[in-house]
Amino acid sequence: MIKRIAQTAGFSGLLAALLLTLLQSFWVAPLIMQAETFEKAPAATQVAHEHAAGTAAHTHDAEAWEPEDGWQRVLSTTGGNLVVAVGFALMLAGLYTLRAPTRTAQGLLWGLAGYATFVLAPTLGLPPELPGTAAADLAQRQIWWIGTAASTAAGIALLVFGGNWLLKALGAAILVVPHVIGAPQPEVHSMLAPEALEAQFKIASQLTNVAFWLALGLISAWLFRRNRDDRYIA
Amino acid sequence: MSIISSTSPSTSSTATLSQRLGAAIGASILGACLVYFAGFSHIEAVHNAAHDTRHSAAFPCH
Repeated sequence: MIKRIAQTAGFSGLLAALLLTLLQSFWVAPLIMQAETFEKAPAATQVAHEHAAGTAAHTHDAEAWEPEDGWQRVLSTTGGNLVVAVGFALMLAGLYTLRAPTRTAQGLLWGLAGYATFVLAPTLGLPPELPGTAAADLAQRQIWWIGTAASTAAGIALLVFGGNWLLKALGAAILVVPHVIGAPQPEVHSMLAPEALEAQFKIASQLTNVAFWLALGLISAWLFRRNRDDRYIA
Repeated sequence: MSIISSTSPSTSSTATLSQRLGAAIGASILGACLVYFAGFSHIEAVHNAAHDTRHSAAFPCH
């Protein structure tokens, strides 16, 4: 059983991550790089300041390792995609052991649920952002994001698998709670990149994520069913 | 691809509900840890490496 989960998650994560990387490299990443030119331009004119020798300096972004543009950046993004995709695939494969897809096409529904949980619901409050966009405190946004994903997952599960209307109603209620609470917003909305670029990025990010999740759902359901533990073999 | 391994009889068809529940929860927690590490960790180098992944996936970044 664990082997089946691991195989399903590993291979479907790998394939979906490659698709994601391909879509990103041609569509999303160029928009991010373009936005960074706006972000980095004013930074260059910032007044340089020095830290006294021996004192602990506060962290500068530039001090930590960061991949150089080009193959390094593509490679490290691929790595990031791979870790995230295998992580999501592990969740899907784990759920499949409880509710095995009866047809491979059901994977599309699981993929859609994943997209709704991890992309659509969180972006309703925290839209995809280009570098250089003002936003509320990072930790607070992360907490809201995680809470929203968790409650969307629970809400969808109750709506789909809830045995009676009471459970379904509870699911719908849980679904809307994070949006009633509202995502943490910055005091002043501002961004360095032009609005057209931001709009283009939002579309690119949403469509890339839809494609990724549908692929992940489909491939994982297919592999999970293929790895059917010899149920029909003596 | 040699993904199908139909040599050893597996336990899935006979696994009890609690076993399957355990596997599902375990896999989900492990998956969540992976997503958290790449997408949410505050370690600067990890942030920089997975920067484009985070922006593209609409994770809160920066």
